[in-house]
Amino acid sequence: MSDRVMMKHGAGGRAMRALIEEIFVRGAPDGLPAGSVGLAAMDDGAAIPLGDERWLVVTTDSHVISPIFFPGGDIGRLAVSGTVNDLAMMGATSVLALTCAVVLEEGFPWADLERVQASVRAACKEASAPIVTGDTKVMGRGEIDGIILNTTGVGITTRVVRDSGLRPGDRIIVTGTLGDHGMAVLATRHALGLEGNLRSDVAPIGSLIAHVLARHGDAVTAMKDPTRGGLASALFEMAHKGGVGVVLDEAAVPVTEEVRAAAELLGLDPLLVANEGKAVMGVVADEAEAVLAALREHPLGRNAAIVGRCTSERPGALVLDTGFGRRLLTEPEGEPLPRIC
Amino acid sequence: MTANAFEALRDPARARMLADALVRVTSKIGRDPVSVMHVCGSHEQAIARYGLRATFPAALEVIMGPGCPVCITDMPEVDEAVVLAQQGVRVATYGDMLRVPGTAMSLGDARARGARVDVVYSISQAIELARAAQEEVVFFATGFETTAVATAAVLLADPPPNFSVLSAHKYIPPVMEIVAEMPGARIEGFLAAGHAATITGWGVFEPFVAEHGIPVVVAGFEPLDILAGLVRLVELILEGRAAVENMYPRCVTREGNVQAQEKLWKVFRPTGGRWRGIAHVPNGNLRLRDELARVDARRRFDIDLATLWASAPSPLAHQCICGDIMGGIASPDRCPLFGKECVPDSPVGACMVSSEGTCRIWHEYGGVDRRLGAMGAIPPTGPSRTHVKVLP
Amino acid sequence: MALVDFWGVRKQVRLDVVDEPVTVGDYVLNHVGYAIRRIPAQQVEATLSLYEELLTVAATDDLMAADVRGEIAAGRRERGDR
Repeated sequence: MSDRVMMKHGAGGRAMRALIEEIFVRGAPDGLPAGSVGLAAMDDGAAIPLGDERWLVVTTDSHVISPIFFPGGDIGRLAVSGTVNDLAMMGATSVLALTCAVVLEEGFPWADLERVQASVRAACKEASAPIVTGDTKVMGRGEIDGIILNTTGVGITTRVVRDSGLRPGDRIIVTGTLGDHGMAVLATRHALGLEGNLRSDVAPIGSLIAHVLARHGDAVTAMKDPTRGGLASALFEMAHKGGVGVVLDEAAVPVTEEVRAAAELLGLDPLLVANEGKAVMGVVADEAEAVLAALREHPLGRNAAIVGRCTSERPGALVLDTGFGRRLLTEPEGEPLPRIC
Repeated sequence: MTANAFEALRDPARARMLADALVRVTSKIGRDPVSVMHVCGSHEQAIARYGLRATFPAALEVIMGPGCPVCITDMPEVDEAVVLAQQGVRVATYGDMLRVPGTAMSLGDARARGARVDVVYSISQAIELARAAQEEVVFFATGFETTAVATAAVLLADPPPNFSVLSAHKYIPPVMEIVAEMPGARIEGFLAAGHAATITGWGVFEPFVAEHGIPVVVAGFEPLDILAGLVRLVELILEGRAAVENMYPRCVTREGNVQAQEKLWKVFRPTGGRWRGIAHVPNGNLRLRDELARVDARRRFDIDLATLWASAPSPLAHQCICGDIMGGIASPDRCPLFGKECVPDSPVGACMVSSEGTCRIWHEYGGVDRRLGAMGAIPPTGPSRTHVKVLP
Repeated sequence: MALVDFWGVRKQVRLDVVDEPVTVGDYVLNHVGYAIRRIPAQQVEATLSLYEELLTVAATDDLMAADVRGEIAAGRRERGDR
């Protein structure tokens, strides 16, 4: 274990998992009712049974993205979408309420704050998710970088979807193109001089998930949103928790031309890059095509694709079929780009 | 022309045919193993990225040589950058260099402790940083000759006065000599780096081949390029022919890029130095010539490495056997440090630093099959050609 | 400097060290933001033919292999390749 916190501890990969387990999970008292999904599960949110086959789902996220304005969105839209999507990943597609706490740096432009807030409002409306309470703090110039947002969300669901539910034979479906968010932010951030249509996919996708769960709820065995560390990190965790192996068909993974070209140019793998408007699902094999069709009916799911399947061989391992050969993906280090969300 | 004309070089059907050809020609040799080495980080990455090892015949050992420039950057060189950063100088470097361990710490560690270290994607970004800043900016320059050309071009194009370079650039051809001359080394052929050869020309390998009787094939980086290069190399081994062959003619000529060579040798001189895990490589390091003293960080600053050695320097490095591993003489499990003091999170030698290094692969995948990352046991499937048309 | 299309995104690439003069429509090999080679037109086809030859020879019966290689090598010399 390190004696200091490093950037890798926030990357969403192996090091971050180790930090969370070591510092936050180990020795944490539980005290939740039986059947709860709590801290130790390290799922996208927590779920607490209320009786009557209803669960309260709660999740929280802090947002430190840099730059705060990027093609396709900004930190405000991200703050709302991230939390709404985490609730949806647990099965809570109807949001009861959101909180929003903001920490501002002295000198932060008022106009930027108004712009962020307008974006937050628009995203809340899109997601039918009201912000009901919040907090405001200001720190001295140089003590933080611009703005940090934290959102917490609560929702109710009658069925909790875990990220640990994958079973052998299940198909893996992604709801759209991958790598959009990370590549758009990277291109903006580093003034790499990349011209091209790189836009973040940041969006609340509760309505997409609701659409699918309503029609095929029982066929969806697991869900996760591939944020930091991309599809590879999310799938690695799902495979590990589900005790299954996953074989991923690289050619089937939807990636825009722009993201593919930019990633290749920069030596990055789209499978490892953050997404903020997508979900990865495990689906019972027989119903995969039907779920795919349902996703594609919805505007946010037009580019959904079946990208892999679960096996009982090599549990916990992620195998990538490149079209030329195969390789094992080890547990990813995490997001290659810092402060991506 | 909107379609990618070069996409044909990633055609899985042709790749399968070349892979089959590789199996056939290897079996004609009738020995196991047949050992060849590649010496380029990009070859390592391409082989891994496309899962090509799964297609190689079991009897063909394609060893990753000292071709990852990040991984063979030795501790004292990293220490120089760390000391500069700790002295308050702003250091810019490629992202991969952040986690390479020095004697006491890596640049990433130094940054966590308050030093100013910037990650850049190209040296021209470092120039931009220097132009925009008042303070001194040092570019920690790593990479082989192909990358050194970019550094040379920048230094010959009137860099800002607060900019200097700490050169850890390396030159590949000398290390092939070292590997070929190792006692007990079993390398029967080399796959040479196509992009380095674009600069130097393939003629640079003729003396090596004449002296050592080992064939060299220059190959590109698309899946077909690598497979075809290997087929040709194994054919030469089969024929017992020591020759240089160019299987990357679209980019490589015998003379190479003369203009780039002139700039390279105007700025750099080759000198002997240590490569991590290999010990001394004569003429393997590229240092700035005296005429460039003004932009040489080693001469502009007083880099006192002793400041780092408050804790005794690690004795582990002496036990590292990466050189033998790369030479095909030893396997990772024979290294006393493997899996104990030397693990991916705290690597000692190059083979563990590199994500494609033999030790790293053994450690990640449990080490039994020497073609790891591949799993020969899983039969290759046909590709599913789901073309996704992305809608607006 | 040249604006280069990477089949999806475009980026400026420096021409300080490219081996031949470059004009619009040419292909270049890029390394860390520098064009290090102007790739002559038709080279992809030439490369594919090279690989086809390899497959032809590798598939040929041993007895004929030497002849086939000899013919192909002669053909290449005539074309001035390699």
